[in-house]
Amino acid sequence: MELKELTLKKALNLLDEGKLSSKELCTLTLEQIKKYDPLVKAFLYVNEEWVLKQAEEADKKRKEGKRDLLTGIPLSIKDNILIKGHPTTCASKILANYIAPYDATVIERLKSQGVVFIGKTNMDEFAMGSSTENSGFFPTRNPWDLERVPGGSSGGSAVSVALRMGLGSLGSDTGGSIRQPAAFCGVVGMKPTYGLVSRFGLVAFASSLDQIGPFGLTVEDTALLLQAIAGNDPKDSTSAEIEIPNYLEFIENNLNTTFKIGLPKEYYSYDIDPEITKYLEKTIEILKKRHTMVEISLPHTKYAVATYYIIAPAEASSNLARYDGVKYGFRAEAKSLLEMYKKSRGLGFGKEVKRRIMLGTYALSAGYYDAYYLKASKVRTLIKEDFEKAFKEVDLILTPTTPTPPFRLGEKISDPLQMYLSDIFTIPVNLAGLPALSLPVGLTTDNLPVGVQIIGPQFKDELVLALAYQIEKDLSLKFIPPILKD
Amino acid sequence: MPITPDEVKKIAHLARLEFSEEELLAYTEELSKILDYFQELQEVDTSTIAPTFHPYKKKTPFREDEVETFENIEGLLKIAPELKDTLIVVPKVVKAP
Repeated sequence: MELKELTLKKALNLLDEGKLSSKELCTLTLEQIKKYDPLVKAFLYVNEEWVLKQAEEADKKRKEGKRDLLTGIPLSIKDNILIKGHPTTCASKILANYIAPYDATVIERLKSQGVVFIGKTNMDEFAMGSSTENSGFFPTRNPWDLERVPGGSSGGSAVSVALRMGLGSLGSDTGGSIRQPAAFCGVVGMKPTYGLVSRFGLVAFASSLDQIGPFGLTVEDTALLLQAIAGNDPKDSTSAEIEIPNYLEFIENNLNTTFKIGLPKEYYSYDIDPEITKYLEKTIEILKKRHTMVEISLPHTKYAVATYYIIAPAEASSNLARYDGVKYGFRAEAKSLLEMYKKSRGLGFGKEVKRRIMLGTYALSAGYYDAYYLKASKVRTLIKEDFEKAFKEVDLILTPTTPTPPFRLGEKISDPLQMYLSDIFTIPVNLAGLPALSLPVGLTTDNLPVGVQIIGPQFKDELVLALAYQIEKDLSLKFIPPILKD
Repeated sequence: MPITPDEVKKIAHLARLEFSEEELLAYTEELSKILDYFQELQEVDTSTIAPTFHPYKKKTPFREDEVETFENIEGLLKIAPELKDTLIVVPKVVKAP
């Protein structure tokens, strides 16, 4: 059996039919990691013994006739989600020795569904970045071109799925951190509606924007993973109490449903790489056969990046105050408490994290609060209302996921503002708390993946998946990085 | 420059971050550029707009105030930088009388 031909759903069938054991599948996955991870460096932590033990337990469960939603399936997890007894570093030196004392709610759920955790994936430190170059340990590389970035911040998760080092992954998305790397690596990545998935046990970056979400090789795989993690959690006070539909059933039942799809003119008039435009237009041509396409306006789009880079750092500066060297994490030698705080934080945090803490502290400080934080929070209202108005007219919105294909390592790292601007199409969704998914739709002439983004109304995650499933079926493409073909 | 090295120093103190002189100057330049970019928000009329602090409005959920024992106290202590028995050691915060 070849891993590159396998999807999560296919693997489940093989496991159900007894043609494959979880131990065999996980052993293959570990071999895949040994072969390809030295090239791309997607993982921060892989514990073989633990992986095989989990796989054996899953096989035992199956033998006893206990089959949960994902029994025996190997998944990778972004290193800002807590798995009890194992390291969670957020790719930061300040948490280099941190061992999670409890499970995140999503991990508890996946455990009860029989998942095998294959390892923890690399990311931009504390999820701050768009290239995984801000990892405090090492950068991750794009499997389609090793000289290019995989996107970020969940770069390691996207790469692990693209190279079949695990049949799916969980990441987190604060301003595009699932969708952008998914687009750059040729996999499906979804940011669910804010409140659909519990954030308990996700290391907080910007609490009003963060959301955990799945990466999959296909829309079906992504839907299955969302099914496993969605739902109310009393431990997260922002978690929604809504009925969770059966996503797989929903997308099957809506394969021929017609939608009214909005194309926001502000996105389409942006300076987009011609190769991205080419595939966007191709996708629109396909959609026109069944659906109604209408031009819409989201007039405050151009203010989204500035709004986001005030609000997210403001929340981060407050959330990251907890890393003080007292109870856990890195502690620098110091004579006084104040010196200990300053040194531990100064040495423990990386450049971008400190930059954002500074920005956030400034935006919240006396004299500047009104001009920055409060102003941005008001513009956020306008951005949110733009979407609310649009969704009175259309069912879903289609945009590019990114303005360009994956860029080169080092290309934007010295210019923070340029890096921030690369998130222009994904950021508004987080500010408004909406569900959105990136779907791979083609390859550039340089053989680099291109993604489109589908945005839905609040808590209509199933509609987003349904349209993605239709496009995926129509295109019927497989995204296998060339290094896997050798 | 919208922000001076002195201001950056003050913010660094508020954020409890130690910087070298070199870092201080680099951050001053970078933050100035970013803050300049933020100026575009000033062209938006928000005089009648209420702020959004949260994308999903929900009543604060209440629960009974009952004690739940955390079962992994050992795991919490194990990750502390310095321990004396079950106490976490920090630099002295009070002067001896």
